[in-house]
Amino acid sequence: MIAKIYITFKDGVLDPQGKAVHHALKDLGYNEVSGIQMGKYLELTMDGVSREEAEIRVTEMCEKLFANTVIESYRFTIEPEE
Amino acid sequence: MKCGVVVFPGSNCDQDCYHILKHVFGLDTEWIWHKDDVDLSGFDLIVLPGGYSYGDDLRAGAIAQFSSVMKKVVQFANSGGMVLGICNGFQVLVESGLLPGALIQNHSQKFICKTVSVRVENVSTPFSCECLEKSVLNIPIAHHQGSYFIDTDGLNQLIDNEQIVFRYSGCEGEVTGQYNPNGSVDNIAGIVNENKNVMGLMPHPERCADPAWPNLDGQLIFKSMIQSLQPGILL
Repeated sequence: MIAKIYITFKDGVLDPQGKAVHHALKDLGYNEVSGIQMGKYLELTMDGVSREEAEIRVTEMCEKLFANTVIESYRFTIEPEE
Repeated sequence: MKCGVVVFPGSNCDQDCYHILKHVFGLDTEWIWHKDDVDLSGFDLIVLPGGYSYGDDLRAGAIAQFSSVMKKVVQFANSGGMVLGICNGFQVLVESGLLPGALIQNHSQKFICKTVSVRVENVSTPFSCECLEKSVLNIPIAHHQGSYFIDTDGLNQLIDNEQIVFRYSGCEGEVTGQYNPNGSVDNIAGIVNENKNVMGLMPHPERCADPAWPNLDGQLIFKSMIQSLQPGILL
């Protein structure tokens, strides 16, 4: 299984990097962009687990390590290996 | 009084902390390597120093919280032991859940290294009892992820429980956005836990506590801890 995990700041937490990149985009004339969330992307290759097991394990990993849930939220997808 | 200075891979203020405790204040001080399975019950104070533990990978302090020494430090703190986390040490304390909130990138996106003023907000903690109420200390900061974040409910709890020990301020003690170097919520520079035996702060008191240096404001924090643990020891 391949788990694809996205971690971004929660609403209400200022993302200074996203803000800086947004300013740069505006300078380039991309005025249609109203907001940017920068975050982290992790891809996990998991062996010997079912999709259901992988979902439970990845949720645990996000809660314990990958995300600091005080400031960050996470979402993920689980797909079979190609 | 026995002190321990924890050393993670990437700690770089550990020597300064050790020097101040051992040589300036003459305290029995030992190094504690992050992998050591050490019994902390004989210690009175554990210091988590500044630096970049585990390269700040993932988030500052995120990996350090799972080191074997931190399991012991959490037990030590939960049984009432005194723990001081400075800069990266503060980041480790919030990541490990010993202190509330989180530390994120400075709003300026820049690493800030300069001496700032902080106002003492609470003198009834073991870390600040030698300070005067609302006095202003000048202490260096040196960090990139030092912007303290906590949600509104959490902030109200900190205020109600008098857990805010230091706020960034002007030299006259003005706590305004103008004197907030990194975008911290409510100008927070240092907090204690509810039991007031664990403190984390971003400024570096160990960098202004050696008499070789004209600024000795950091000594007040060390003197407070010593006074709390061994009343009467200070001359």
